[in-house]
Amino acid sequence: MINFIKYRFVYLAISAVVIGAGIVSIATVGYQYSVDFVGGTSLQYAANKDVSLNELNSALKSHESNTKEVEVNEKQIDIRIDAMEAAGEPELRSSLENALGANLTLERMQTVGPTLGAETVQKMLIATLFGIVAIFTYVAYAFKGVHFALAAIVALVHDVLVVLGVYSIIAYFGGGEFDTLFVTALLTTMSFSVHDTIIIFDKVREYRRTYGTGDVAMYANRALTETLIRSINNSMTIVFMLLALTLLGGSTIRFFIIALLIGTITGTYSSPFVATPVWVWLEKHSIRRGKKKSDI
Amino acid sequence: MIVVKRLLILLLALFVLWTIAPENVAINIPPALSGGTPRSIVLNPPVIDVTIFGKEIHKDFRTRLGLDLRGGAHLVFEADTSKLKSGDIEDALTSARDIIERRINSLGATEPSIKIVQLGDSYRINVDLPGVDNTAQAVSLIGQTAQLSFREELELPEELATLSGQLLAFNPEPALLGNDVKKATMAFSTHNGQPEVQLEFSKRGREKFAELTTKNVGKQIAIYIDEQGISAPVVQQPIVAGNAVISGQFTQEEAKALAIAINSGALPLPINLIEQQQVGPTLGASEIQKSVTAGAVGLAAVMIFMVAYYGRLGVIACLALLIYASFSFSIFRAIPITLTLSGIAGFILSVGMAVDSNILIFERIKEEQRRGRDQKSAIRLGFGRAIDAIKDANITTIAVALILFNPLNWSFLPQFGLIRGFALTLLIGVGMSLFTGVFITKKLIELFYRHK
Repeated sequence: MINFIKYRFVYLAISAVVIGAGIVSIATVGYQYSVDFVGGTSLQYAANKDVSLNELNSALKSHESNTKEVEVNEKQIDIRIDAMEAAGEPELRSSLENALGANLTLERMQTVGPTLGAETVQKMLIATLFGIVAIFTYVAYAFKGVHFALAAIVALVHDVLVVLGVYSIIAYFGGGEFDTLFVTALLTTMSFSVHDTIIIFDKVREYRRTYGTGDVAMYANRALTETLIRSINNSMTIVFMLLALTLLGGSTIRFFIIALLIGTITGTYSSPFVATPVWVWLEKHSIRRGKKKSDI
Repeated sequence: MIVVKRLLILLLALFVLWTIAPENVAINIPPALSGGTPRSIVLNPPVIDVTIFGKEIHKDFRTRLGLDLRGGAHLVFEADTSKLKSGDIEDALTSARDIIERRINSLGATEPSIKIVQLGDSYRINVDLPGVDNTAQAVSLIGQTAQLSFREELELPEELATLSGQLLAFNPEPALLGNDVKKATMAFSTHNGQPEVQLEFSKRGREKFAELTTKNVGKQIAIYIDEQGISAPVVQQPIVAGNAVISGQFTQEEAKALAIAINSGALPLPINLIEQQQVGPTLGASEIQKSVTAGAVGLAAVMIFMVAYYGRLGVIACLALLIYASFSFSIFRAIPITLTLSGIAGFILSVGMAVDSNILIFERIKEEQRRGRDQKSAIRLGFGRAIDAIKDANITTIAVALILFNPLNWSFLPQFGLIRGFALTLLIGVGMSLFTGVFITKKLIELFYRHK
């Protein structure tokens, strides 16, 4: 049996560094929000020859629309501008074609009004809160203990923070957006995180049933040792799948898959190294308090 | 008895395999087998067409792809209900829906969908047009209220006319409305070959129009679409035949769109476009191709890993996984679920969870074996213990997926297709993985270890 709980301050330090870096990144560079959230028009064109960014920028400048962001990846052009109507797109396209001397095909166009964006954020937050309440209630019921539920929620919040922070860093360097797909990835991380935690807690629950209330740290260590292989194997299979999708899959879902990948890794990490130590601490804390009361 | 049971299972398995068969696969039968003449058969998933108790049931098992995968336009309109009484809103929206449906039928979209979504006090009309690449045309066709009206000339006092420099004005109160038009068609003028819209009035419209033209001989009658004057011909003589022509500086498309709009009727309420999305068909096709390849590579890697690590049990897991994937895909086709990129992601995640169920079961069985139990009881006990954890873990996932799917369509939760697509495939996937984890894996283990 490995004494996992002994090194709890190491885990705390690792989590603190990762989340800290993420928070710094969120505070300084933040995210680039997709049109789903802030409104506007995003366009994606395929050109029939390589296009230079400078040419494109000057072509856009001569057009009236207020350009927010331009990206060129060989023949693929991504443009973000203020919201415009579909009727205006052919005009923009032909003026770009003239300036660039290339044929452009519209591959994707999305326009969202600003009100819809605010509404999306609000609904997502409500859905997240509902999710947390549902998970808390179920875990507290299934494991007959608020401590299990609390520890699972702490791990869940930890994972959400890690994904938010690390994604901010990766998106800054790689050019990903904060869009509805990313929010979906966050919610998936939440359910995966709890899924993984429950597997470990299930072991602890079983020991308690078999041997009665005993040394919580010992139970935790034993559960972690016994589930270690399973945790690693399970994450490996999901990571295989997601890595294949990241490397070979389509470009539209690349950052979604990356977010899921971060979620899987942190979800696997947090079950033994966040949820379990927190549960041990909660149990010991309440036992100590209980003893003090009985002393008086 | 057991033979019948196995036969039924086999039949079910074959049917499931048939439902997930690829579409339109041509098989060439060599001449030697078909008696000399070369023939070919086109294989397709089954189509069920039966009548039970007088009810016709039609079911086909084809994959339905979302807009992001096969290209098309997605439009969201907000309905302006401010001018309507609250009791009339529902009727107005339903008729708006029907009118929009009639209008888009002319666009050639395959399986268009129109949905009305209520958000607090506001109403939205979501229009999905798969296969349509001219969004601008679709928007203008759907969005115009297209109230056709005929208006009489107004007598202007002389001073006012000279003051405003305007010689003519028309009564804003229409004398005749588009509802009295039976049919509008695009045609080319017999005079100059220009595109125009020919109107045929209904019986009531014919009487009204005859009366109107009789009254106004020698004067102009203006034809308006909404508040825009299109033309104002001078009435030469009373028109009693019930026909009229709208001529203007139309292009052929404009004339056609106008005819469609008049035919489909005027929208009972104004609508504004608030969101639009367009995906070209090429992008969709290459995205599918890449995702399928990536999925296959990922799945192969998972299987190799499982066999390498768990040996014989790994083979069982792979079999269970294949059965699981076939069943899920069959259900996707049967319901049917429109597959989108996010939906595929949800499915892949559920595959991961299905693998996890198997790993959990195997680890538990191994654990029981280490405690010195014989194989039979190790399998039984390990299974029982693993199921507890699988059940609890999957229920929380199901809960989250349900909140995201928002089955009761609560307006305070997300209602967008993207997230719902993800939640639905995840939901079905997790449900199926519970089923295969509990029943299929168990059966397979029993089968594989019986003779040992």
